[in-house]
This record gives sequence, structure tokens and C-alpha cells, in this order.
Amino acid sequence: MNLETIIKKIGDYQGSKLKIMEVCGTHTVTIFKNGIRSFLPSTIELISGPGCPVCVTPPSYIDKAIEWSLKPNCILLTFGDMMKVPGIQKSLSEAKAEGARVEIMYSPQEVLKKARQNPGITYIIASVGFETTIPIYSLLLEQLLENNISNVKFLTALRRIIPALDYICATESEIVAFLAPGHASTILGSNAYQELAAKYHKPFAVAGFEAEHILIAIYDLLRQIETGKYEVHNLYPSVVQPEGNIAALKIINKYFIPDSANWRGIGDIPESGFYLRDEYLKYDAGSRELPAEDKQLNSKCRCGEVIIGKINPEQCPMFGKICTPIKPKGPCMVSTEGTCGIWYRFSQREKK
Amino acid sequence: MCVALPGKVIATDGLFGKVDFQGNIVDVNLGIVDAKIGDYVLVHAGCAIEVLKKDKAQEIIDLFQELESMV
Amino acid sequence: MKIVMAHGSGGNATRELIRNLFQKYLSNAYLDKMEDSASLPKSEFSLALTTDTFVVTPLEFPGGDIGKLAVCGTVNDLWMVGAEPQYLTAGFILEEGLDLELLERIVKSLSLAAQEAGIYIVAGDTKVVQGNGGMYINTTGLGFKKFQQLTDGQTVQKNDAIIVSGNLGDHHACIMSQRMEIKNSIQSDCANLGPAVRALLEQGIRVRIMRDITRGGLGTVLNEIAEAKQVTMEIEEESIPVHSEVQSFCDILGLDPLYMANEGKFMCIVAKEDEEKALEILKNTKLGANARIIGHIIDTGRYLVTLKTRLGGRRIIDVLYSEGLPRIC
Repeated sequence: MNLETIIKKIGDYQGSKLKIMEVCGTHTVTIFKNGIRSFLPSTIELISGPGCPVCVTPPSYIDKAIEWSLKPNCILLTFGDMMKVPGIQKSLSEAKAEGARVEIMYSPQEVLKKARQNPGITYIIASVGFETTIPIYSLLLEQLLENNISNVKFLTALRRIIPALDYICATESEIVAFLAPGHASTILGSNAYQELAAKYHKPFAVAGFEAEHILIAIYDLLRQIETGKYEVHNLYPSVVQPEGNIAALKIINKYFIPDSANWRGIGDIPESGFYLRDEYLKYDAGSRELPAEDKQLNSKCRCGEVIIGKINPEQCPMFGKICTPIKPKGPCMVSTEGTCGIWYRFSQREKK
Repeated sequence: MCVALPGKVIATDGLFGKVDFQGNIVDVNLGIVDAKIGDYVLVHAGCAIEVLKKDKAQEIIDLFQELESMV
Repeated sequence: MKIVMAHGSGGNATRELIRNLFQKYLSNAYLDKMEDSASLPKSEFSLALTTDTFVVTPLEFPGGDIGKLAVCGTVNDLWMVGAEPQYLTAGFILEEGLDLELLERIVKSLSLAAQEAGIYIVAGDTKVVQGNGGMYINTTGLGFKKFQQLTDGQTVQKNDAIIVSGNLGDHHACIMSQRMEIKNSIQSDCANLGPAVRALLEQGIRVRIMRDITRGGLGTVLNEIAEAKQVTMEIEEESIPVHSEVQSFCDILGLDPLYMANEGKFMCIVAKEDEEKALEILKNTKLGANARIIGHIIDTGRYLVTLKTRLGGRRIIDVLYSEGLPRIC
């Protein structure tokens, strides 16, 4: 088997219409950058799932982050892609223009040096992420505890992917197969999808981030569908073990506990969030006390249906009107490569 | 979901290490991996999340070979 | 010694700053007259005029500083319309607390860059504002349009070649490395493009259009041209020159070299028949060793930029939408 054969076999697919979800936001970017869709026949559609931790943070979370960044002697540390995510009124980028103190980080552990150098400043870490990112927050908290550093707090919007996938499968969904996230699976292990595959009769392929990885995974899913199988195949064995990274899972559970969480444009999903355990609450920046205004957005936004492939973006009343790439509302527009983001940019182009 | 990249461990000092990504040297937390100097680790947001068992190119070659028997 | 508000008062401190620092490095026949305006001789050429304001943190970085940047940026804009740079003005806005030694190094560097570009600094200004020791420079450049072939009768045509003058993303990666504290040997590409442009034009290459690839990166520049000229471009991923160290830097932070700023790179569209010759000329210049033909104009009458990927897939290249900040996803 070689790449040409795989591309040809995917292109030759003649069966019924298929919707395959790539769960991970970084897969979405990889698929976009490598022009993977140009290899697919019109019968195979890739749907971008809810796996971008930045895009799914609710507006109230952004507002809470802004609130901290405007307090005296506080600095908010964040990943760069959080800057343009809209809160109820504005984004961090807009807040910064009004004097909010926001710094971009590559790694949360950068705070250790800063916190030691400036004991009079409280650093708030905008802690977003799925299972891949949670270990670094756990390791950091361990460092803070060991070194008695108290001027750091976590504002968490941490998400668990399995409950989210369960939600998608349980909802009346047209997704027939899943491209499982490569890096989250490094932590969770490929076995983590077994239960979902068996319960909902959907095949999973854990994929890496090269164009070849994605094509191989799509081909694998097609063959599983054609032969009526619904197994979990680990196609990223260089870093993904069936049982995951045990040390990572252990440290996550030491500091964090699962509970319900609100997803932008989708709503509450049971057990889909991770929160600091009660004994570490003094390191929490109010992550559980977000205002309830998200319900307002969630009632209008139809990203939840876009994500499960039920509607296309133009069927959402906000699309292109109050929700655009410049002023995004829902998660599918917040991500430049999200379903609505791509749809908007390229459908506008066609109309010109 | 998560941007991550493999790099080579060039120094270790307890919990932390330095990882080389083709000339870019980054301080990395090695707390959840069992990595030694010379190993390649997958790094996400300054955290090594796994030690690579083989390189990407080899993995893809192997996948092509295994694909026949997989389904 | 630091800059204080008095340096901008117009009084003695201002005079001393000008005498001891600016005059020391920027002296020439035009400036030394110390008049309110520079009087310039009549020109036989038509003129090109451009202005740009330079803001960069840190002020000094591997491969350059804000002074060199302020000269090269404006000089390059003149060259892009086939104008040979002649005169430059420089306005400095200094923040209170700016280190005087740092300012001196920057003015010295600006002076050297101007000499190398063959341009006279004919007028200048300094203001001091409250702040945290930063500085900003505005430069305005005047050039003589000695290369009329660039503007006369050149239209972008089907099959024309798209050439970039070298590796992409160096400046952006260099600046961001400093801010993110990632150690590497990436240097800013900050440079005067004059010699490369002159070589192309003097040897009669039919250059349809040139653009320096600054903010927004190659992706944005290509879109601007494709839209203005209503053409369809196709570029090849594998032809786009990016240094492996810069590519890796981008991969760590989730950045795309196609959208990263450069300060010493340009792209040009040349007639298909001239493509090989143009590439050879560029490769023989100091800055053009990594020049590449990255694609062609494949159609006219419709605005589109597409990229052929390594595996033969296709995608649309759009303008830059986000700020080009490090991503987690």
C-alpha cells in the first residue's frame, strides 16, 4: 500500500454520503493547510468537531479573564489564540487596548520565573485545554505548592473529550466515524474510545498530524465502514499507547476533578470539564463562578448543530450577519479554520 | 486540539530539560515522561507528553505496510 | 543617562541632544544648514514619495535595530516602484526613560544604513513623550524614478512567473523569539533591497510588479496583487523558501511562515520568458541566494490564489485574518 493508492481509493469511493468528524482543532488546521478536502469525493464530508479548547470557551469565561486583567496588580497570562475570542462585550485583545494587563505565553510554566521576580503581582493563568494540556497545569501547581508560591491562580476552562464525543454520539448525529485526536490520545490512550465505539457502533481512527496520517486514517475509516466494523485503530503508535500516559493521568486526577461544563454555542455537557479539587481552591480564580449569561448566546447560536453535521452554517440565523470572522460569536467562527470561518471566507469570495 | 512537536532532549536537570527543535532550544517540563538525553519527546506548551517510539517518516512507512492487515 | 522630558523642551537639553548625538552621526550638507526646511535641487526624473512609521519591541534584535529598520523599510518601498532612493527625513519620538547609549547606537545604525543605501537624510525632528523608555521612528523617502520600464506598459499576464527573493518569516520569527524567550540563531532579514532590484531592472527583466513582503506576509501580498489585477495565481508549497530553523520555530508555536512579516524580502511577477534569467540574477546578489520561482499566473479575469500542497492537494490562500500570535490549537 502506498500514498497514491490510498488517495485513489478514497477518491473512488462510490458508496452513500458519509460525514466523518475530525475531533481535534489541530487536525482541522492540518486538513485545511494540506488541502485534504481536495482529495475527497463529494460523497465524503469532513466535519470539524468541538476539539479546539480556545473556541469552546464560553463568553462568560472571557469576561472573567478580562475582569482579572483589569484588577490592580494582576496580570493575565494567555495563549495567543485566546486574544480574539469574544466575551459578552469584548475580547481580551480589545480589553488590552483599554489598559488590561495581558501577556502571551508559550508555556504556563513561564509563570514560575515571573511570580518569583514579582511577588507583588498576582498572575492569572487563562488555563484552557483538553487532556493534552492539563498535565502541564498539574505539574505547575505541584511546583507552586513545593516552592510555596502563592501569587499564581488558575482560571480554568478545561475540557474532557470523551464526554463531549459521547454527547455528540448520543445526540441525533449524522457522524458515522471519528478521526480521534492524536495528542489528547497520547494522554488518554487509544483504549479510551473503545466504549464509545462499541456503544454507538462507530469506528475511530487515532491519527497523527502529517497529511499522510490524515489520509491513512480516512482510508482506514472508509474500510471499516464498508466492512461494517466499528473498532478503534491506533494509527499514531509512535506516541499513542493503548493505555495512554499513566503518569499524566495520575497527576491530572491528583489535582483536578470532573464535573459539568459549558461549551460555547453548545451548552452544558455533563462531566465534560475538569476543575481544581477543593483542597487547591486557593489557587483557583473563580472558575466555577462564571455568570450565567452564556445561555443567551447558546439559545441563538447553532454551532452545536453545525458541529454534529446536522445543518450547514448558512442555516444559522446569526451566520454572516452578527457572526463573522471579524466579530465571531460561535466556536465554528472563532476558529479561522472552523466550519463557519472557512464557509464564510470562501462563500463570500464566490459571491464577489 | 493541541499544537505539539517532537524535539530532541539535549539536557536534563531534575524535572526540567532542554529540548532542541532544529536549532530552537526550549525549556521543557519532563515530569510525566521517562526521558533521557538523546531521546525525542513530543512537546506541547512546554510539557513533554510522550517519548517517541519511532520517527514520523518511519511511522508512516510502517503504517502503509500494516494497512493491508488492519481491517 | 536617560531621556527626560527636558530633552523635548526645545531648550538647552534639546540643543545638546541634537548637537552631541544626532549631528554627530547624521551630518551632511543638507542637514548642517540647520534651516527649517531642506532645499533640494531640481530633478530630471519623476518622483516617488513614501512614508512609514516604525514600531518594534525589542528596539535591538539579532540582525538589526529600529534605526536600520526605519531606513531599509522606506528605501525598500521606493525601490518597489522602480525609484532610486535619494532623500530621507527622520522623525524620532522618544519615550521618557530611554537609555541614551541605546539611542546613540540606534542613530549610528540608522546613519550607517542610510550611507549604505546611498540616501541623504535631509530633515529630522525629535519629540519626547511620557512612557517607558521606548522609541518610534517615522521616515519619509523621496526617490527618482529612473527605471520607467517598471511602470510603463507592464501588465500582469497569464503564465507570468511569481518569484520571491529569499527565505520567509525570518524577521517575525526573530522578534517573536526574543519575546517568547526561545533560544535560536534566527536573525532578522532587515536589509536594503536596492542592489537586488537594481540588478533585475538594469538587466532588462520585464518586471510586471514588485512588492516587499512585510506585515501580513506573502499570503496577504499575493492576495492584494491578485485582487488588484484580477488574476488567478497558483503557488507550490514545496517551492516556498523557509529555513528549517524558522519552520521549526513556527511549528512550535503554531505559526504559518506564509503570513509572517519580513523586512528584507520582496516578491515580483516577471514575464514567463524572463523567469530563469531573473532567478539567476537574483541568486547572484547578496540577498538572493535562496530566491525561488514559487508559482505562476494561471488565469486572468478572476481573483484567486491557490496553493498546491506537498502531496498534490489544493487549498485557497487567503489574507491574514488573525494577529499571527502563538497558538495552542
